[in-house]
Amino acid sequence: MERHFDEELKGLNEKLLKMASLVEEMISASIRSLIDRNTGMAEDVIKSDDKVNMLEIEIDEESLKLLALHQPAASDLRFITSAMKINNDLERMGDLAVNIAERSVDLIKQPQLKPLIDIPQMAKITQQMVHDSLTAFINKDSELARQVCRRDDEVDKLNEQVFRELLTYMMEGPKNITRAVDLILVAKHLERIADHATNISEDVVYYVQGTMIKHHIEEKKKQ
Amino acid sequence: MAQIEVKKLNLSYGDFHALIDIDLSIETRMITAMIGPSGCGKSTLLRVFNRMNDLIEGVNITGQVLIEGNDILNHKADLIVLRKEVGMVFQRPNPFPLSIYDNITFGPRVHGTKNKKILDEIVRTSLEDVLLWDELKDKLHRSALRLSLEQQQRLCIARLTAVKPKILLMDEPCSALDPVATQNIEELFNKLKNEYTIVIVTHNMQQAARISQRAGFMLLGELVEFGDTRRIFTAPADKRTEDYITGRFG
Repeated sequence: MERHFDEELKGLNEKLLKMASLVEEMISASIRSLIDRNTGMAEDVIKSDDKVNMLEIEIDEESLKLLALHQPAASDLRFITSAMKINNDLERMGDLAVNIAERSVDLIKQPQLKPLIDIPQMAKITQQMVHDSLTAFINKDSELARQVCRRDDEVDKLNEQVFRELLTYMMEGPKNITRAVDLILVAKHLERIADHATNISEDVVYYVQGTMIKHHIEEKKKQ
Repeated sequence: MAQIEVKKLNLSYGDFHALIDIDLSIETRMITAMIGPSGCGKSTLLRVFNRMNDLIEGVNITGQVLIEGNDILNHKADLIVLRKEVGMVFQRPNPFPLSIYDNITFGPRVHGTKNKKILDEIVRTSLEDVLLWDELKDKLHRSALRLSLEQQQRLCIARLTAVKPKILLMDEPCSALDPVATQNIEELFNKLKNEYTIVIVTHNMQQAARISQRAGFMLLGELVEFGDTRRIFTAPADKRTEDYITGRFG
């Protein structure tokens, strides 16, 4: 039976997807601006932040309204609470894309320190994680969501690798420090974006199956 | 520990199969809520627990209902003792057309208490149980029918606690009350569950979610799902439960 409430849930879902595609685009443009050394592109990312912030507020208000007026239960309740958390994660991811774009603007002003290899690789995995976590949400695919969680380690390892490599550049010469720190920060921001993609995936599993998987709680309960 | 153990309970009124293969275990000093659409059998199930269905013609019951290990469906079960142990509150408050005092002492008198001092004490403690003592201690000889609906419902609960039952059955106990009175009665249940096992039948799902620790969903005479209230309302296992509590049912 179609309920009036379903229309409102659909509206919330559409807003969230709009925000998701905007944030995905920001992440991708922030990295491209760095790789292609394109300042204009980085500036566009920085400008997009306002739109994401506005959407965050709209989604929050909409979710609170649905909770207060409909007192939802079961999958409706799980959908709305997950939407609120995903909203939060997306907004943070937007901020991190802006942070990357800002680093990119600074880095472009100076000659390239080294050819970028690991960072584009990290960005590729991170973007795939973000994309998959959102696809999992749209398709209610908890298996895909669980796969995203397992990929987080790859990004963490690459981040450490980037850090170690750039450390050697800094030790070689003080002139390298500013650029190396900027690149370390870019890697760090990517790593945080991957963490948010993991959070989204964990929320998707809760939304779809009603089971919590955060903080490896499943394994801990088994012990 | 389970206070009520239901095993393969079947009940029919003539040709109508009202309860089908019910297996259920109701735990001591907890609030268990039964939800489901009208006619699903939840009130019938509640009425089995103090054999209220016996009065209906053509009822046929099979299976076992153990209350503290005794099968109450056994024809040798003493109904006077059973109904003292298992009290019931109904949709509309039904005080006797007597004074407040006499409403409460009615039960203890039937069970043989005559001593005025003991009866006075029972009236006080029973009204304290339902948080009415302070309001009514100077009006004990007024007619119970002059009380507000909420006070009447509280009095009906006090009338039960006067005979020290173990189990309180509540059939839509708030459906005649306004939201404030409902909230007050719900607060009372929360207090009573420390001493009594409570089974409540309600149409109000939010009420079931708010007050119970265990919940069961019934449909067409079957117990579809039973378990922890938190789980039933956040992540029910059965599609039919999900559809009912999210309002997709129909």
